Amino acid sequence: MATTNAGAPSAPAPAGDPAAQGEATAGPATPPKPVINDFSIQVATVNGSGSQSANSVLLRSIFAMGVPVSGKNLFPSNIAGLPTWYTIRASRHGYVARKKDIDVLIAMNAETAREDILSLRPGAVAIYEESANLKQYRDDVVCYPVPFDKLTAAVCPEAKLRKLVKNMIYVGVAAQLLHMDMEAVEGALRKQFAKKQKAADLNWAAVEAGYNYAAQTLTKADPFLVERMHATEGKIIIDGNAACALGAMFAGVTVVTWYPITPSSSVVEQLIDFLKKYRVEPDGKASFAVVQAEDELAAIGMVLGAGWAGARSMTATSGPGISLMAEFAGLGYFAELPGVIFDIQRVGPSTGLPTRTAQADLLSVAFLSHGDTKHPVLLPANVTECFEFACAAFDLAEGLQTPVFVLSDLDLGMNNWMSDPFAYPEKPINRGKVLTAEDLAKLPDWGRYKDVDGDGIPYRTLPGTDHPKAAYFTRGSGHNEKALYSERPEDYQNLMERLARKFDTARTMVPAPLVVQTGKSKVGVIAYGTSDFAVGESRDQLKKEYGLEADYLRIRAYPFAREIREFVASHERVYVVEQNRDAQMLSLLKLDLPAGETTKLRSVRHFNGLPIDARSVTDEIVMQEGL
Amino acid sequence: MAATVTNPGPKVNRIGLPVLEYRGGKTTLCAGCGHNAISERIIDAMFEMGVQPERVMKLSGIGCSSKSPAYFLSRSHSFNSVHGRMPSVATGALLANHTMMGIGISGDGDTASIGMGQFAHLMRRNLPLIYIIEDNGVYGLTKGQFSATADIGSKLKTGVVNDLPAIDTCSLAIQLGATFVGRSFSGDKKQLLTMLKAAIAHKGTVMLDVVSPCVTFNDHEGSTRSYKYMQDHEEPIGEVGFVPAFEEIDVEYDPGTTLDVTMHDGSSLRLKKLHEDYDPTDRAHAVKTLLEAHEKGEVLTGVFYIDTKKAAFTDLLNLVDDPLATLKQERTRPGRQVLEEIMGRLK
Repeated sequence: MATTNAGAPSAPAPAGDPAAQGEATAGPATPPKPVINDFSIQVATVNGSGSQSANSVLLRSIFAMGVPVSGKNLFPSNIAGLPTWYTIRASRHGYVARKKDIDVLIAMNAETAREDILSLRPGAVAIYEESANLKQYRDDVVCYPVPFDKLTAAVCPEAKLRKLVKNMIYVGVAAQLLHMDMEAVEGALRKQFAKKQKAADLNWAAVEAGYNYAAQTLTKADPFLVERMHATEGKIIIDGNAACALGAMFAGVTVVTWYPITPSSSVVEQLIDFLKKYRVEPDGKASFAVVQAEDELAAIGMVLGAGWAGARSMTATSGPGISLMAEFAGLGYFAELPGVIFDIQRVGPSTGLPTRTAQADLLSVAFLSHGDTKHPVLLPANVTECFEFACAAFDLAEGLQTPVFVLSDLDLGMNNWMSDPFAYPEKPINRGKVLTAEDLAKLPDWGRYKDVDGDGIPYRTLPGTDHPKAAYFTRGSGHNEKALYSERPEDYQNLMERLARKFDTARTMVPAPLVVQTGKSKVGVIAYGTSDFAVGESRDQLKKEYGLEADYLRIRAYPFAREIREFVASHERVYVVEQNRDAQMLSLLKLDLPAGETTKLRSVRHFNGLPIDARSVTDEIVMQEGL
Repeated sequence: MAATVTNPGPKVNRIGLPVLEYRGGKTTLCAGCGHNAISERIIDAMFEMGVQPERVMKLSGIGCSSKSPAYFLSRSHSFNSVHGRMPSVATGALLANHTMMGIGISGDGDTASIGMGQFAHLMRRNLPLIYIIEDNGVYGLTKGQFSATADIGSKLKTGVVNDLPAIDTCSLAIQLGATFVGRSFSGDKKQLLTMLKAAIAHKGTVMLDVVSPCVTFNDHEGSTRSYKYMQDHEEPIGEVGFVPAFEEIDVEYDPGTTLDVTMHDGSSLRLKKLHEDYDPTDRAHAVKTLLEAHEKGEVLTGVFYIDTKKAAFTDLLNLVDDPLATLKQERTRPGRQVLEEIMGRLK
């Protein structure tokens, strides 16, 4: 099993790549064949230089022109001073995965400028500060030098604002070179600075200065253009963490606990904003409690205490927090306590790369804690699923009476994504099997951990239930069906078998996989979470460039639905694509599949901290297929 | 209607329940364990205060102490959680239902070692919870290792001498923000019962460190947590009296020697000063007194600190009056127009 790495030198672009077809050269003599709505821009800046607004305006301008677009922020674990890259991809095909090659570089960071231009493929474009003279490093790149400082000083008399305003100059330069519609740019900018008229005017002046400079001084020598489309009408732009927060609010979350950690903090920060706006009652009182805990141990302890007492409770964290939550996760499983844990994955092990993305918490989350412990894990692949799975997770946690994990990642959580507007949840909130005082009055007897319905899910009562028989004793030590302390071998075994039965029931309750199958192909691809973006594009590449039509199954939850077994059974080779070193999903599948099927699984892995790209997937499958 | 009094039946409290309804399961702790005496006092206090058992949540960590919620109030929901982490579980549970009374049972190991972080933050938040440390200075379930509340120079049965200073949970609790802090002794029935009744009337974190000798591992000569040691060294800082809100106050007191504190529910806590000039509303003075007494080898008991003004955590959060746990969907899921409005802004 070989590993794909986006950082490795790229193979020559295959014939089908439209960007590669553009005959871009470094001179105006031969006008290149235009490449429309299919390119990537990388803005290299310094962390803390305020480029975020400019990048957002650029992204939203393309979006406003109806062109499918995605943006990714590659930032350091640092407050200010270290290099940051923001990449924008416009794709008329609707591809939103990271594009392996950069087409247009905007080099605003003097420290990385040389490295940045050296990493470009021939024919790419570089916009940079004139004085840096980057042309000396590459004669096979289209170069657009711009006197940023001079242009900034002219539009911004106030020296201390220049660092920020300078960024808007490159928006104007790029807008002109890409032939963008200035009305769309102005609309995006005015929206960005909606509450600050003065800032909007100042920044707009900078955009115009950049635009005018490019129009008067630069000669277009590259093929990249933005042309109006109608593919983004009615769409929204949102990051995955905000989508998770919205899902939680519409799930009726009542207790939220957290300990700040990148990249999960903005789940709770945005949730707090939503709750303050929409869940404060007319008398000014809150139908929710938010606690910033002393650490992740306390955060999960509060979640489970609240879940036990009947709240819809949640926390959000990332890898290091997950490690700390291990002990409580086992208690939640064994004592059967509901709670929702969002894990916005970042790169591990240990502190790892806190601001880079990975899918490497899967195994540790699925089996978090000692003993025979396992947990349902939901695997959203886009912002819509962040919203929907966040909402569903609370019903599942209470329905199954167990902690439920939602595994997102930094790429999904902290970047902006296009989406259709989210649909209002039609299913009423389901609190699961809870006995009321009235129910208890009708029952001769009840046992907290008795499998009355045969699905492994027992009935519970909430503290405060006004009936003398309502109370029971919750513990993480051995217990029998009546919740009494027990070390009897048969009590322990019965309990563990029932928990396994309950986990089996969960297979039918969690989101089912999505399958795209022709019924003819011998090759299947399995992926989950954010690998989906690259796999979708890679399947198009495989078909177009190599005539390989691969079927596709996207896993959306653990425990695995039966369809996954059937999918593997109906193919000869199945590529499992994921963003970790150890093929964690493949390993998890091996535990679930019949022995004869496991040899069909092949691994495609990507783990350099950058989001997976389609070309890397395609190259790896092509190599393993021997095409 | 002719009222013929036959057998009056067992004595009942003000809500009509006999003390039997406050009992728990049979204890599995050692005969003579101080923890059993504490369980008995909790039963008495809840009975005498007329607390509805269904309105109580019992929470604990891990250890001998933390087993004891099984031995009182069987009609209350109970949660024996993980080692040192009861404060977080209690916090979550009380946020889910702030109309309930919470009682947390911990031990010296559960609090002062593995649970120190959560203990500190519980005190700081002033969560309305009665937090009891059943303090015997040793780990019982693992057969008698020192805990962090063991006094310097205290000796184990095996002859091992403790050479690290004790953590004083009371002065810590006062510094960190608990609003009712005291120490008692499992063998002092009257004082402990009175303090527990006052604790029930308080809204905020009550931190009671109850010295509770371990008859198996720490009741020997050389231990500073033995029955004998406590009999010789207990030094009440004041006499504790309590008049619940539902009883008429008919005993006069001398304001020169007795401080009368009106509790949240209208009850009266009466602290008769034995130590001159002791003011249980003065934090700095309380901490200083505790440190000085410890230097002298005295085990001070009584109510050291009380503040009935500081807002409890559940008040700071400005929660709706009904428990969050049972709010209906109409109050927890915003309407369709809210989602449409948010989506509109994101376009």
